[in-house]
Amino acid sequence: MPLLEAVDVHGGYGGMNILNGVNMTIEADEIGVIVGPNGAGKSTMLKAVFGLLTITQGEIRLRGKPITNLSPHKLVEMGMGFVPQEKNIFPSLSVEENLEMGAFLKPATVSRLKAQIYEFFPPLREKRRQPAGELSGGQRQMVAMGRALMNEPSVLLLDEPTAGLSPRYMNEIFDRVKTISAAGVGVLMVEQNAKQALRIAHKGFVLAAGQNRFSDTGEALLNDPQVAKSFLGG
Amino acid sequence: MNELIYFFNYVVVAGSVTGCIYAIGAVGVTLIYSILRFAHFAHADMMTLGTLAVLLLTLAFPHAGDPLGLPTAIVMLPVAMAFTSLVAVGIDRAFYQPLRSHGVKPIVMVIASLGVTLMLQGLIRLFAGTGSQNLYVDARKEIFRIDVPGVTRPIILTEPQIILFVITIVAVVGLHLFLTRARLGKAMRAMSDNPDLARASGINTKLIITLTWVIAGSLATIAGTLLSLDVAFKPDLSFFLLLPIFAAAIVGGVGHPYGAIAGGFLVGFAETLAVFNWSVLLRPLRDSLPTWLELPNNLALVGTEYKIVVPFFILVAVLIWRPTGIFKGKVI
Repeated sequence: MPLLEAVDVHGGYGGMNILNGVNMTIEADEIGVIVGPNGAGKSTMLKAVFGLLTITQGEIRLRGKPITNLSPHKLVEMGMGFVPQEKNIFPSLSVEENLEMGAFLKPATVSRLKAQIYEFFPPLREKRRQPAGELSGGQRQMVAMGRALMNEPSVLLLDEPTAGLSPRYMNEIFDRVKTISAAGVGVLMVEQNAKQALRIAHKGFVLAAGQNRFSDTGEALLNDPQVAKSFLGG
Repeated sequence: MNELIYFFNYVVVAGSVTGCIYAIGAVGVTLIYSILRFAHFAHADMMTLGTLAVLLLTLAFPHAGDPLGLPTAIVMLPVAMAFTSLVAVGIDRAFYQPLRSHGVKPIVMVIASLGVTLMLQGLIRLFAGTGSQNLYVDARKEIFRIDVPGVTRPIILTEPQIILFVITIVAVVGLHLFLTRARLGKAMRAMSDNPDLARASGINTKLIITLTWVIAGSLATIAGTLLSLDVAFKPDLSFFLLLPIFAAAIVGGVGHPYGAIAGGFLVGFAETLAVFNWSVLLRPLRDSLPTWLELPNNLALVGTEYKIVVPFFILVAVLIWRPTGIFKGKVI
Protein backbone atom coordinates (compact mmCIF):
# COMPACT_ATOMS: atom_id res chain seq x y z
CA MET A 1 0.00 0.00 0.00
CA PRO A 2 1.53 3.38 -0.95
CA LEU A 3 2.19 5.86 1.83
CA LEU A 4 0.62 8.85 0.11
CA GLU A 5 -1.65 8.72 -2.86
CA ALA A 6 -3.39 11.49 -4.76
CA VAL A 7 -5.95 10.45 -7.35
CA ASP A 8 -7.32 12.90 -9.90
CA VAL A 9 -7.24 15.87 -7.53
CA HIS A 10 -9.19 18.98 -8.56
CA GLY A 11 -9.36 22.08 -6.43
CA GLY A 12 -8.49 25.72 -5.89
CA TYR A 13 -9.44 28.88 -4.06
CA GLY A 14 -12.96 30.30 -4.08
CA GLY A 15 -14.46 28.43 -7.03
CA MET A 16 -11.47 28.93 -9.30
CA ASN A 17 -9.82 25.58 -9.98
CA ILE A 18 -6.04 25.57 -10.10
CA LEU A 19 -5.64 21.81 -9.95
CA ASN A 20 -7.32 19.95 -12.80
CA GLY A 21 -6.61 16.31 -12.09
CA VAL A 22 -3.28 15.64 -10.38
CA ASN A 23 -2.10 12.09 -9.65
CA MET A 24 0.75 11.20 -7.34
CA THR A 25 2.00 8.21 -5.39
CA ILE A 26 4.92 7.93 -3.01
CA GLU A 27 6.12 5.06 -0.86
CA ALA A 28 7.36 5.26 2.70
CA ASP A 29 11.06 5.76 1.94
CA GLU A 30 10.72 7.78 -1.22
CA ILE A 31 11.33 11.36 -2.20
CA GLY A 32 8.76 12.77 -4.58
CA VAL A 33 9.59 16.04 -6.28
CA ILE A 34 7.05 18.30 -7.95
CA VAL A 35 8.49 20.54 -10.64
CA GLY A 36 6.98 22.66 -13.37
CA PRO A 37 6.64 26.22 -14.63
CA ASN A 38 5.29 29.11 -12.54
CA GLY A 39 1.56 28.90 -12.02
CA ALA A 40 1.44 25.17 -12.71
CA GLY A 41 -0.12 24.52 -9.31
CA LYS A 42 2.91 22.98 -7.57
CA SER A 43 2.55 24.72 -4.21
CA THR A 44 -1.22 24.55 -4.54
CA MET A 45 -0.99 20.77 -4.79
CA LEU A 46 1.11 20.63 -1.63
CA LYS A 47 -1.40 22.83 0.19
CA ALA A 48 -4.25 20.66 -1.07
CA VAL A 49 -2.57 17.60 0.46
CA PHE A 50 -2.22 19.48 3.77
CA GLY A 51 -5.88 20.52 3.83
CA LEU A 52 -5.25 24.22 3.23
CA LEU A 53 -7.62 24.47 0.30
CA THR A 54 -10.81 22.75 -0.75
CA ILE A 55 -10.54 19.71 -2.99
CA THR A 56 -13.62 19.62 -5.20
CA GLN A 57 -12.99 16.29 -6.93
CA GLY A 58 -10.67 13.33 -6.49
CA GLU A 59 -9.16 11.77 -3.40
CA ILE A 60 -6.04 11.84 -1.25
CA ARG A 61 -5.14 8.79 0.81
CA LEU A 62 -2.62 8.28 3.58
CA ARG A 63 -1.76 4.57 3.90
CA GLY A 64 -4.98 3.78 2.08
CA LYS A 65 -7.13 5.91 4.39
CA PRO A 66 -8.94 8.81 2.71
CA ILE A 67 -7.77 12.17 4.10
CA THR A 68 -9.37 14.44 1.51
CA ASN A 69 -10.25 17.85 2.98
CA LEU A 70 -9.28 16.96 6.55
CA SER A 71 -8.13 19.95 8.62
CA PRO A 72 -4.38 20.59 8.93
CA HIS A 73 -4.73 20.03 12.66
CA LYS A 74 -6.11 16.54 12.10
CA LEU A 75 -3.43 15.75 9.51
CA VAL A 76 -0.66 16.77 11.90
CA GLU A 77 -2.14 14.36 14.42
CA MET A 78 -2.08 11.65 11.74
CA GLY A 79 1.64 12.20 11.18
CA MET A 80 1.88 14.74 8.40
CA GLY A 81 4.43 17.53 8.56
CA PHE A 82 4.31 20.68 6.45
CA VAL A 83 7.02 23.29 5.92
CA PRO A 84 5.63 26.33 4.09
CA GLN A 85 7.87 28.24 1.74
CA GLU A 86 7.59 31.53 3.58
CA LYS A 87 6.83 32.39 7.18
CA ASN A 88 7.89 28.91 8.23
CA ILE A 89 9.37 29.81 11.61
CA PHE A 90 8.28 31.64 14.77
CA PRO A 91 10.68 34.60 14.51
CA SER A 92 10.54 35.89 18.09
CA LEU A 93 10.76 32.44 19.67
CA SER A 94 14.19 30.94 20.26
CA VAL A 95 15.39 28.09 18.06
CA GLU A 96 14.75 25.70 20.92
CA GLU A 97 11.20 27.00 21.44
CA ASN A 98 10.52 26.67 17.71
CA LEU A 99 11.44 23.00 17.94
CA GLU A 100 9.32 22.54 21.06
CA MET A 101 6.30 23.97 19.25
CA GLY A 102 6.76 21.29 16.57
CA ALA A 103 6.26 18.64 19.23
CA PHE A 104 3.27 20.43 20.76
CA LEU A 105 1.14 17.30 20.43
CA LYS A 106 3.82 15.04 21.94
CA PRO A 107 5.25 16.90 24.93
CA ALA A 108 6.71 13.73 26.43
CA THR A 109 9.13 13.23 23.55
CA VAL A 110 10.48 16.78 23.39
CA SER A 111 13.90 16.35 24.96
CA ARG A 112 14.77 13.15 23.08
CA LEU A 113 13.71 14.62 19.73
CA LYS A 114 15.41 17.94 20.40
CA ALA A 115 18.70 16.11 20.90
CA GLN A 116 18.14 14.27 17.62
CA ILE A 117 17.43 17.46 15.69
CA TYR A 118 20.60 19.08 17.07
CA GLU A 119 22.55 16.03 15.87
CA PHE A 120 20.89 16.35 12.50
CA PHE A 121 21.36 20.13 12.13
CA PRO A 122 24.47 20.91 14.22
CA PRO A 123 24.41 24.69 13.60
CA LEU A 124 21.11 24.87 15.47
CA ARG A 125 22.61 23.61 18.71
CA GLU A 126 24.84 26.62 19.25
CA LYS A 127 22.07 29.02 18.21
CA ARG A 128 19.40 27.36 20.32
CA ARG A 129 18.86 30.33 22.64
CA GLN A 130 18.74 32.88 19.81
CA PRO A 131 15.46 34.15 18.36
CA ALA A 132 14.95 32.19 15.14
CA GLY A 133 14.23 35.42 13.27
CA GLU A 134 17.87 36.47 13.69
CA LEU A 135 19.30 33.44 11.86
CA SER A 136 20.52 33.27 8.25
CA GLY A 137 18.25 31.93 5.51
CA GLY A 138 19.79 28.46 5.49
CA GLN A 139 19.63 28.14 9.26
CA ARG A 140 16.02 29.31 9.26
CA GLN A 141 15.22 26.55 6.79
CA MET A 142 16.85 24.11 9.21
CA VAL A 143 14.69 25.45 12.04
CA ALA A 144 11.61 25.12 9.84
CA MET A 145 12.41 21.52 8.90
CA GLY A 146 13.44 20.70 12.43
CA ARG A 147 10.14 22.02 13.75
CA ALA A 148 8.21 19.77 11.36
CA LEU A 149 10.41 16.76 12.17
CA MET A 150 9.77 17.20 15.91
CA ASN A 151 6.34 15.68 15.39
CA GLU A 152 7.98 12.50 14.00
CA PRO A 153 5.96 12.71 10.78
CA SER A 154 5.54 9.79 8.41
CA VAL A 155 5.10 12.21 5.50
CA LEU A 156 6.95 15.49 5.20
CA LEU A 157 5.72 18.14 2.76
CA LEU A 158 8.35 20.75 1.81
CA ASP A 159 7.45 23.83 -0.20
CA GLU A 160 10.56 25.04 -2.02
CA PRO A 161 12.97 24.34 0.83
CA THR A 162 15.97 25.74 -1.07
CA ALA A 163 14.35 28.94 -2.41
CA GLY A 164 16.78 31.82 -2.06
CA LEU A 165 19.55 29.75 -0.49
CA SER A 166 23.23 29.76 -1.50
CA PRO A 167 24.43 26.63 -3.40
CA ARG A 168 26.23 25.47 -0.29
CA TYR A 169 23.08 25.51 1.81
CA MET A 170 21.04 24.11 -1.07
CA ASN A 171 23.25 21.02 -1.23
CA GLU A 172 23.15 20.69 2.53
CA ILE A 173 19.34 20.82 2.59
CA PHE A 174 19.06 18.25 -0.23
CA ASP A 175 21.51 16.08 1.67
CA ARG A 176 19.33 16.27 4.77
CA VAL A 177 16.23 15.45 2.75
CA LYS A 178 17.96 12.28 1.52
CA THR A 179 18.77 11.29 5.10
CA ILE A 180 15.20 11.99 6.24
CA SER A 181 13.79 9.77 3.50
CA ALA A 182 16.35 7.03 4.21
CA ALA A 183 15.01 6.98 7.76
CA GLY A 184 11.63 5.94 6.39
CA VAL A 185 9.87 9.29 6.10
CA GLY A 186 8.08 9.91 2.83
CA VAL A 187 9.01 13.31 1.40
CA LEU A 188 6.98 15.29 -1.07
CA MET A 189 8.56 18.55 -2.10
CA VAL A 190 8.08 21.36 -4.57
CA GLU A 191 11.29 22.68 -6.11
CA GLN A 192 12.43 25.48 -8.39
CA ASN A 193 15.94 24.05 -8.55
CA ALA A 194 14.46 21.28 -10.66
CA LYS A 195 17.59 19.53 -11.94
CA GLN A 196 19.27 19.24 -8.54
CA ALA A 197 16.02 18.15 -6.94
CA LEU A 198 15.29 15.48 -9.53
CA ARG A 199 18.77 14.08 -8.96
CA ILE A 200 17.77 13.04 -5.42
CA ALA A 201 14.17 12.20 -6.31
CA HIS A 202 12.83 8.67 -6.48
CA LYS A 203 9.80 10.02 -8.23
CA GLY A 204 9.30 13.21 -10.16
CA PHE A 205 6.06 14.86 -11.17
CA VAL A 206 6.11 17.54 -13.83
CA LEU A 207 2.99 19.68 -13.51
CA ALA A 208 1.66 22.13 -16.07
CA ALA A 209 -1.68 23.93 -15.93
CA GLY A 210 -2.72 21.92 -12.89
CA GLN A 211 -2.19 18.50 -14.47
CA ASN A 212 0.56 15.89 -14.58
CA ARG A 213 2.52 16.36 -17.77
CA PHE A 214 5.15 13.72 -16.98
CA SER A 215 5.48 11.32 -14.04
CA ASP A 216 8.43 8.99 -13.77
CA THR A 217 11.52 8.30 -11.69
CA GLY A 218 13.72 11.31 -11.12
CA GLU A 219 16.47 9.86 -13.26
CA ALA A 220 14.16 9.04 -16.17
CA LEU A 221 12.80 12.59 -16.17
CA LEU A 222 16.29 14.06 -16.14
CA ASN A 223 17.19 11.95 -19.18
CA ASP A 224 13.97 12.57 -21.07
CA PRO A 225 14.86 15.04 -23.83
CA GLN A 226 11.30 16.33 -23.98
CA VAL A 227 11.23 17.16 -20.26
CA ALA A 228 14.68 18.66 -20.49
CA LYS A 229 13.68 20.85 -23.41
CA SER A 230 10.38 22.15 -22.05
CA PHE A 231 10.90 22.25 -18.31
CA LEU A 232 14.54 22.02 -17.31
CA GLY A 233 15.91 24.68 -19.58
CA GLY A 234 17.67 22.42 -22.13
CA MET B 1 13.62 67.24 53.48
CA ASN B 2 9.91 67.66 54.07
CA GLU B 3 9.60 68.59 50.44
CA LEU B 4 11.33 65.41 49.35
CA ILE B 5 8.92 63.32 51.39
CA TYR B 6 6.09 65.27 49.82
CA PHE B 7 7.55 64.46 46.42
CA PHE B 8 7.84 60.79 47.40
CA ASN B 9 4.24 60.60 48.58
CA TYR B 10 2.72 62.50 45.71
CA VAL B 11 4.92 61.39 42.81
CA VAL B 12 6.75 58.16 43.57
CA VAL B 13 3.88 56.46 45.40
CA ALA B 14 1.04 57.96 43.37
CA GLY B 15 2.88 57.38 40.08
CA SER B 16 3.65 53.77 40.97
CA VAL B 17 0.01 53.14 41.87
CA THR B 18 -1.23 54.58 38.58
CA GLY B 19 1.60 52.84 36.71
CA CYS B 20 0.74 49.44 38.18
CA ILE B 21 -2.93 49.78 37.22
CA TYR B 22 -2.14 50.95 33.67
CA ALA B 23 0.52 48.24 33.29
CA ILE B 24 -1.80 45.39 34.28
CA GLY B 25 -4.55 46.78 32.07
CA ALA B 26 -2.23 47.33 29.11
CA VAL B 27 -0.83 43.79 29.36
CA GLY B 28 -4.37 42.47 28.90
CA VAL B 29 -5.02 44.73 25.90
CA THR B 30 -1.71 43.76 24.32
CA LEU B 31 -2.25 40.01 24.83
CA ILE B 32 -5.68 40.17 23.21
CA TYR B 33 -4.21 42.14 20.34
CA SER B 34 -1.35 39.74 19.79
CA ILE B 35 -3.60 36.67 19.67
CA LEU B 36 -6.80 38.05 18.11
CA ARG B 37 -5.39 41.04 16.21
CA PHE B 38 -7.86 43.68 17.25
CA ALA B 39 -8.01 46.52 19.76
CA HIS B 40 -10.39 45.33 22.46
CA PHE B 41 -12.25 48.45 23.54
CA ALA B 42 -14.36 46.58 26.07
CA HIS B 43 -11.28 45.86 28.18
CA ALA B 44 -11.79 48.74 30.60
CA ASP B 45 -15.39 47.73 31.19
CA MET B 46 -14.22 44.18 31.84
CA MET B 47 -12.21 45.77 34.66
CA THR B 48 -15.30 47.48 36.01
CA LEU B 49 -17.27 44.25 35.69
CA GLY B 50 -14.63 42.34 37.65
CA THR B 51 -14.66 45.04 40.30
CA LEU B 52 -18.44 44.92 40.47
CA ALA B 53 -18.22 41.17 41.11
CA VAL B 54 -15.80 41.89 43.96
CA LEU B 55 -18.11 44.59 45.32
CA LEU B 56 -21.19 42.34 45.29
CA LEU B 57 -19.28 39.49 46.94
CA THR B 58 -17.91 41.85 49.56
CA LEU B 59 -21.40 43.19 50.27
CA ALA B 60 -22.66 39.63 50.65
CA PHE B 61 -19.84 38.45 52.95
CA PRO B 62 -18.44 41.63 54.53
CA HIS B 63 -16.33 39.83 57.13
CA ALA B 64 -14.83 37.05 55.00
CA GLY B 65 -11.42 38.69 55.13
CA ASP B 66 -11.23 39.19 58.89
CA PRO B 67 -9.71 35.81 59.82
CA LEU B 68 -6.92 36.36 57.28
CA GLY B 69 -6.32 39.98 58.25
CA LEU B 70 -6.86 41.09 54.65
CA PRO B 71 -9.51 43.33 53.17
CA THR B 72 -12.53 41.21 52.20
CA ALA B 73 -12.23 42.49 48.61
CA ILE B 74 -8.82 40.81 48.29
CA VAL B 75 -10.18 37.50 49.58
CA MET B 76 -12.99 37.72 47.03
CA LEU B 77 -10.59 38.58 44.21
CA PRO B 78 -9.93 34.99 43.00
CA VAL B 79 -13.67 34.26 42.82
CA ALA B 80 -14.31 37.45 40.88
CA MET B 81 -11.36 36.67 38.56
CA ALA B 82 -12.87 33.28 37.75
CA PHE B 83 -16.26 34.88 37.17
CA THR B 84 -14.90 37.62 34.90
CA SER B 85 -12.84 35.08 32.95
CA LEU B 86 -15.98 33.06 32.35
CA VAL B 87 -17.85 36.16 31.19
CA ALA B 88 -14.93 37.11 28.93
CA VAL B 89 -14.89 33.66 27.32
CA GLY B 90 -18.69 33.83 27.00
CA ILE B 91 -18.51 37.24 25.32
CA ASP B 92 -15.94 35.84 22.90
CA ARG B 93 -18.11 32.85 22.04
CA ALA B 94 -21.26 34.94 21.66
CA PHE B 95 -19.95 38.02 19.82
CA TYR B 96 -16.37 37.76 18.57
CA GLN B 97 -16.15 34.10 17.55
CA PRO B 98 -18.98 34.26 14.95
CA LEU B 99 -17.34 37.34 13.41
CA ARG B 100 -13.95 35.62 13.39
CA SER B 101 -15.31 32.59 11.61
CA HIS B 102 -16.64 34.93 8.90
CA GLY B 103 -13.14 36.30 8.53
CA VAL B 104 -14.16 39.93 9.10
CA LYS B 105 -11.69 42.82 9.08
CA PRO B 106 -10.18 43.89 12.43
CA ILE B 107 -12.14 47.15 12.41
CA VAL B 108 -15.39 45.17 12.55
CA MET B 109 -14.10 43.44 15.67
CA VAL B 110 -13.19 46.80 17.18
CA ILE B 111 -16.69 48.14 16.58
CA ALA B 112 -18.16 44.93 18.01
CA SER B 113 -16.08 45.44 21.13
CA LEU B 114 -17.44 49.00 21.39
CA GLY B 115 -20.91 47.48 21.34
CA VAL B 116 -19.89 45.05 24.05
CA THR B 117 -18.51 47.90 26.16
CA LEU B 118 -21.80 49.84 25.94
CA MET B 119 -23.70 46.71 26.87
CA LEU B 120 -21.44 46.05 29.85
CA GLN B 121 -21.79 49.67 30.99
CA GLY B 122 -25.55 49.30 31.02
CA LEU B 123 -25.41 46.03 32.91
CA ILE B 124 -22.98 47.40 35.46
CA ARG B 125 -25.20 50.43 36.18
CA LEU B 126 -28.17 48.12 36.48
CA PHE B 127 -26.51 46.28 39.35
CA ALA B 128 -24.37 48.97 40.92
CA GLY B 129 -26.31 52.17 40.32
CA THR B 130 -24.50 55.29 39.21
CA GLY B 131 -22.92 56.48 42.43
CA SER B 132 -19.54 55.55 43.84
CA GLN B 133 -19.20 52.92 46.56
CA ASN B 134 -16.39 52.03 48.91
CA LEU B 135 -14.94 48.56 48.57
CA TYR B 136 -14.19 48.65 52.30
CA VAL B 137 -17.77 47.80 53.14
CA ASP B 138 -17.62 47.19 56.86
CA ALA B 139 -14.02 47.97 57.63
CA ARG B 140 -11.57 50.85 57.59
CA LYS B 141 -8.73 51.37 55.22
CA GLU B 142 -5.44 51.04 57.07
CA ILE B 143 -3.00 53.85 56.54
CA PHE B 144 0.67 53.42 57.42
CA ARG B 145 2.68 56.47 58.39
CA ILE B 146 6.38 55.75 58.25
CA ASP B 147 8.43 58.34 60.11
CA VAL B 148 11.74 59.31 58.61
CA PRO B 149 14.28 60.50 61.21
CA GLY B 150 14.81 64.24 61.22
CA VAL B 151 11.71 65.02 59.20
CA THR B 152 8.31 66.01 60.47
CA ARG B 153 6.35 64.73 57.49
CA PRO B 154 5.89 60.92 57.33
CA ILE B 155 5.88 58.70 54.27
CA ILE B 156 2.27 57.67 53.76
CA LEU B 157 1.29 54.32 52.31
CA THR B 158 -2.16 52.76 52.43
CA GLU B 159 -2.95 49.08 52.79
CA PRO B 160 -4.42 48.79 49.26
CA GLN B 161 -1.33 50.44 47.81
CA ILE B 162 0.96 47.88 49.42
CA ILE B 163 -1.32 45.05 48.27
CA LEU B 164 -1.31 46.56 44.78
CA PHE B 165 2.49 46.59 44.61
CA VAL B 166 2.74 43.01 45.84
CA ILE B 167 0.05 41.68 43.49
CA THR B 168 1.50 43.55 40.52
CA ILE B 169 4.92 42.02 41.11
CA VAL B 170 3.39 38.55 41.53
CA ALA B 171 1.25 38.96 38.40
CA VAL B 172 4.12 40.22 36.24
CA VAL B 173 6.56 37.54 37.41
CA GLY B 174 3.86 34.88 37.05
CA LEU B 175 3.00 36.00 33.53
CA HIS B 176 6.67 36.10 32.56
CA LEU B 177 7.25 32.56 33.83
CA PHE B 178 4.10 31.37 32.09
CA LEU B 179 5.07 32.89 28.73
CA THR B 180 8.66 31.66 28.82
CA ARG B 181 8.45 28.31 30.64
CA ALA B 182 4.99 26.80 30.21
CA ARG B 183 4.14 24.83 27.09
CA LEU B 184 0.88 26.74 26.61
CA GLY B 185 2.56 30.07 27.28
CA LYS B 186 5.13 29.41 24.57
CA ALA B 187 2.32 28.29 22.26
CA MET B 188 0.64 31.63 22.96
CA ARG B 189 3.76 33.49 21.85
CA ALA B 190 4.03 31.17 18.84
CA MET B 191 0.45 31.97 17.83
CA SER B 192 1.15 35.66 18.21
CA ASP B 193 4.21 35.28 15.94
CA ASN B 194 2.65 33.18 13.19
CA PRO B 195 -0.90 31.85 13.62
CA ASP B 196 -0.87 29.74 10.43
CA LEU B 197 2.32 27.96 11.40
CA ALA B 198 0.97 27.44 14.92
CA ARG B 199 -1.99 25.65 13.39
CA ALA B 200 0.32 23.64 11.10
CA SER B 201 2.29 22.59 14.18
CA GLY B 202 -0.78 21.08 15.78
CA ILE B 203 -1.23 23.86 18.36
CA ASN B 204 -4.85 23.99 19.48
CA THR B 205 -5.54 27.62 18.62
CA LYS B 206 -9.06 27.58 20.11
CA LEU B 207 -7.61 26.61 23.46
CA ILE B 208 -5.06 29.42 23.19
CA ILE B 209 -7.84 31.94 22.46
CA THR B 210 -9.83 30.75 25.49
CA LEU B 211 -6.71 30.97 27.61
CA THR B 212 -6.07 34.52 26.41
CA TRP B 213 -9.53 35.59 27.57
CA VAL B 214 -9.03 33.90 30.92
CA ILE B 215 -5.75 35.76 31.46
CA ALA B 216 -7.20 39.05 30.19
CA GLY B 217 -10.32 38.71 32.37
CA SER B 218 -8.27 37.87 35.44
CA LEU B 219 -5.82 40.74 34.95
CA ALA B 220 -8.70 43.15 34.29
CA THR B 221 -10.33 42.14 37.58
CA ILE B 222 -7.06 42.60 39.46
CA ALA B 223 -6.45 46.07 38.02
CA GLY B 224 -10.01 47.29 38.53
CA THR B 225 -10.31 45.95 42.06
CA LEU B 226 -6.98 47.29 43.27
CA LEU B 227 -7.71 50.72 41.87
CA SER B 228 -11.20 50.81 43.40
CA LEU B 229 -9.82 49.61 46.71
CA ASP B 230 -7.44 52.55 46.76
CA VAL B 231 -10.07 55.07 45.68
CA ALA B 232 -13.68 53.81 45.38
CA PHE B 233 -15.80 51.79 43.00
CA LYS B 234 -17.38 53.91 40.29
CA PRO B 235 -19.42 52.57 37.39
CA ASP B 236 -17.67 55.01 35.05
CA LEU B 237 -14.27 53.79 36.18
CA SER B 238 -13.53 52.39 32.75
CA PHE B 239 -14.11 55.68 31.00
CA PHE B 240 -11.09 57.19 32.70
CA LEU B 241 -8.95 54.10 32.21
CA LEU B 242 -9.51 53.13 28.58
CA LEU B 243 -7.48 55.88 26.97
CA PRO B 244 -4.40 55.74 29.24
CA ILE B 245 -4.36 51.94 29.01
CA PHE B 246 -4.42 52.00 25.22
CA ALA B 247 -1.81 54.74 25.28
CA ALA B 248 0.34 52.52 27.51
CA ALA B 249 -0.08 49.48 25.25
CA ILE B 250 0.78 51.48 22.13
CA VAL B 251 3.67 53.36 23.75
CA GLY B 252 5.14 50.05 24.84
CA GLY B 253 4.73 48.47 21.41
CA VAL B 254 1.50 46.64 20.69
CA GLY B 255 1.73 42.89 21.17
CA HIS B 256 4.62 43.21 23.62
CA PRO B 257 3.69 42.28 27.20
CA TYR B 258 6.91 43.76 28.63
CA GLY B 259 6.45 46.87 26.54
CA ALA B 260 2.94 47.23 27.96
CA ILE B 261 4.35 47.16 31.50
CA ALA B 262 6.97 49.78 30.62
CA GLY B 263 4.33 51.84 28.82
CA GLY B 264 1.99 51.60 31.80
CA PHE B 265 4.57 53.04 34.16
CA LEU B 266 5.64 55.68 31.66
CA VAL B 267 2.09 56.94 31.18
CA GLY B 268 1.35 56.64 34.91
CA PHE B 269 4.37 58.69 35.93
CA ALA B 270 3.93 61.20 33.13
CA GLU B 271 0.38 61.81 34.32
CA THR B 272 1.45 62.15 37.95
CA LEU B 273 4.36 64.46 37.17
CA ALA B 274 2.18 66.63 34.96
CA VAL B 275 -0.31 67.37 37.72
CA PHE B 276 2.30 67.60 40.49
CA ASN B 277 2.60 71.00 42.11
CA TRP B 278 6.28 71.85 41.58
CA SER B 279 5.94 74.99 43.64
CA VAL B 280 6.20 72.84 46.78
CA LEU B 281 9.71 71.73 45.87
CA LEU B 282 10.79 75.32 45.31
CA ARG B 283 9.45 76.57 48.64
CA PRO B 284 12.73 76.09 50.57
CA LEU B 285 14.40 78.43 48.08
CA ARG B 286 11.81 81.13 48.67
CA ASP B 287 14.04 83.21 50.94
CA SER B 288 16.90 83.31 48.48
CA LEU B 289 14.71 84.31 45.56
CA PRO B 290 14.75 87.95 44.52
CA THR B 291 11.83 89.86 45.97
CA TRP B 292 10.26 90.71 42.61
CA LEU B 293 9.92 86.99 41.84
CA GLU B 294 6.95 85.74 43.74
CA LEU B 295 6.51 81.99 43.98
CA PRO B 296 3.04 81.08 42.77
CA ASN B 297 1.01 78.71 44.87
CA ASN B 298 0.46 76.28 42.04
CA LEU B 299 3.12 75.36 39.53
CA ALA B 300 1.61 72.21 38.03
CA LEU B 301 2.06 71.68 34.30
CA VAL B 302 -1.62 70.93 33.82
CA GLY B 303 -4.57 71.11 36.17
CA THR B 304 -5.87 67.87 37.65
CA GLU B 305 -9.06 68.24 35.64
CA TYR B 306 -6.97 68.00 32.46
CA LYS B 307 -5.09 64.90 33.55
CA ILE B 308 -6.61 62.82 30.75
CA VAL B 309 -4.85 65.07 28.22
CA VAL B 310 -1.46 63.68 29.22
CA PRO B 311 -1.88 60.12 27.92
CA PHE B 312 -3.56 61.59 24.85
CA PHE B 313 -0.54 63.74 24.23
CA ILE B 314 1.87 60.84 24.77
CA LEU B 315 -0.21 58.68 22.45
CA VAL B 316 -0.19 61.22 19.63
CA ALA B 317 3.52 61.89 20.11
CA VAL B 318 4.37 58.20 19.95
CA LEU B 319 2.19 57.59 16.91
CA ILE B 320 3.97 60.43 15.11
CA TRP B 321 7.57 59.77 16.10
CA ARG B 322 7.73 56.07 16.86
CA PRO B 323 4.59 54.27 15.66
CA THR B 324 5.91 50.86 16.67
CA GLY B 325 6.36 51.89 20.30
CA ILE B 326 9.34 51.49 22.64
CA PHE B 327 9.62 47.74 22.11
CA LYS B 328 8.96 47.64 18.35
CA GLY B 329 5.46 46.22 18.35
CA LYS B 330 3.09 45.79 15.47
CA VAL B 331 1.82 48.90 13.76
CA ILE B 332 -1.93 49.14 14.15
